[in-house]
Amino acid sequence: MTKETLKNSRLEKTLESIFAGGAQKYHEKLAETNKLFVRDRLELLFDNGKYEEDGRFANCEEEGLPADGVVTAVGKIGGQTVCVLANDSTVKAGSWGTHTVEKIIRIQETAEKSLVPLLYLVDSAGARITDQLAMFPGRRGAGRIFHNQVRLSGVIPQICLLFGPSAAGGAYIPAFCDVVIMVEGNASMYLGSPRMAEKVIGEKVTLEEMGGAMMHCSISGCGDILVKTEEEAIREARRYLTYFPQNCSEKPTNGIPVQPIEGRRLGDIIPQNQNAPFDMYEAIGQLIDQGSFFEIKKLFAQEIITGLARINGKAVGIIANQPKIKGGVLFIDSADKAAKFINLCDAFNIPLLFLADVPGFMIGTKVEKNGIIRHGAKMIAAMSSATVPKISVIVRKAYGAGLYAMCGPAFEPDVCIALPTAQIAVMGPEAAVNAVYANKIEQIEDVTERRQFIQQKQQEYQQEIDIFKLASELIIDDIISPENLRQSISNRFENLISKQVISPYRKHPVYPV
Amino acid sequence: MMNIKSTMAGIVFHIDVKIGEEVKEGQTVVILESMKMEIPIESNVNGVVSEILVQEGDFVNENDSLVVIS
Repeated sequence: MTKETLKNSRLEKTLESIFAGGAQKYHEKLAETNKLFVRDRLELLFDNGKYEEDGRFANCEEEGLPADGVVTAVGKIGGQTVCVLANDSTVKAGSWGTHTVEKIIRIQETAEKSLVPLLYLVDSAGARITDQLAMFPGRRGAGRIFHNQVRLSGVIPQICLLFGPSAAGGAYIPAFCDVVIMVEGNASMYLGSPRMAEKVIGEKVTLEEMGGAMMHCSISGCGDILVKTEEEAIREARRYLTYFPQNCSEKPTNGIPVQPIEGRRLGDIIPQNQNAPFDMYEAIGQLIDQGSFFEIKKLFAQEIITGLARINGKAVGIIANQPKIKGGVLFIDSADKAAKFINLCDAFNIPLLFLADVPGFMIGTKVEKNGIIRHGAKMIAAMSSATVPKISVIVRKAYGAGLYAMCGPAFEPDVCIALPTAQIAVMGPEAAVNAVYANKIEQIEDVTERRQFIQQKQQEYQQEIDIFKLASELIIDDIISPENLRQSISNRFENLISKQVISPYRKHPVYPV
Repeated sequence: MMNIKSTMAGIVFHIDVKIGEEVKEGQTVVILESMKMEIPIESNVNGVVSEILVQEGDFVNENDSLVVIS
């Protein structure tokens, strides 16, 4: 029913006030901060702007609480049914009252029963203190929302669009979603507001600095996709869903195959010098369908690239080292980023493509104190337990535990392919010769003689780790020229469509987190 | 004034700029060597190099200032 068709009956009058949302001054405030009214957001989000809504009369007998500040709706995105809940920040700042919480729980239950994706459009000040006894601690209190999120994780896609604050407990809604899209300038996540931080711990800080969208998307890693406007956030959410099935029992739908972007050939992009940086994005561009890259956590831990893409129309998840940033070395944040992404793809039957050019995990006091072993184990565990088709490509070097984390041969990739530029070893030639011959090198006094000795040993080492030797020993499955890589990956994923993995019985692994 | 900082621990392998030189955003100012890799450190602003705080061969930690751009 649209606003125009409403007449003067009680039903129509009531609906009119519900559809109008909160007071005029709050609508004006929305406009001032470049925010859209909740119903306009929903119109943009759903196909043809159409949706069915339940619980819209919640608190209609109370003054100033239309729909109790949340719209719960079912409609279609890209032809697929989805459930949505959306805070209305014109009603008590989008705060959660008793019925707000009940409506959220019900739409979660609907999404579970229908096995369809659930989108959380968040713009809320948090708990409504006046309702706290009824909405906060009980069995169907706010805690149940998070319990349901955890229960639904990996069953259906859960997506958070953050248009405003998600404060205190509410900050866990994005935390339990698969992906968080944040609008720069408006979206924020924090447990305690700057005012509270000043009172309780004496810190003076701005909201943007402590919990803003840019901070979360580039430093904390709590945000995945940073956008400039709400329209862009909605477009990105719709595009994200095109890579996903409705639920974990289904497979992603195929897109129309498109040729890769025109550019330098893969063989020309990768430098001969193992230590020289290059831009992995350019290499990815030559492997995937043009315009199909949907990057997750683009601004966070940029030494590893994670993103959804299509190869000949088929959805894949790409995990690629970025030699241009921090040498492509794996750090705590990069391991964490990769682990979450691998879990996401594996949950929804999206095959994984690893593009390795990695000198290993970072070493040194700083990272050891921060537990790099524990965090690295997280990535290795996620990769190792993923049962979707997995292809690992050794683009250039794969040293030490870097080889393991990037799905080396021991971790049952369905195939491990090397480019002719590949180099697999415990460590690179320089480091290895240093490690083995340190004493000998020190004993040679003549500088020229020393250099010659080092060079000779490095050459011997190079022969030892020659990629053809590894292929000859069946350590890797194939060596492929860069020109044929895209087609080969595409063919192999096609061959793996019916892959099944049967694991020994257990309740669940003891995750190394 | 903007301090260009090291993105990771390593040795200063090469300083690509001189004092007084004009640099553009995205331009490499220092190359570190770490984990046997060359790590380019780029300026994130346009400006002029006013100070160079390290020498080739120095060990630097993550977040140490390398070059000042004004």
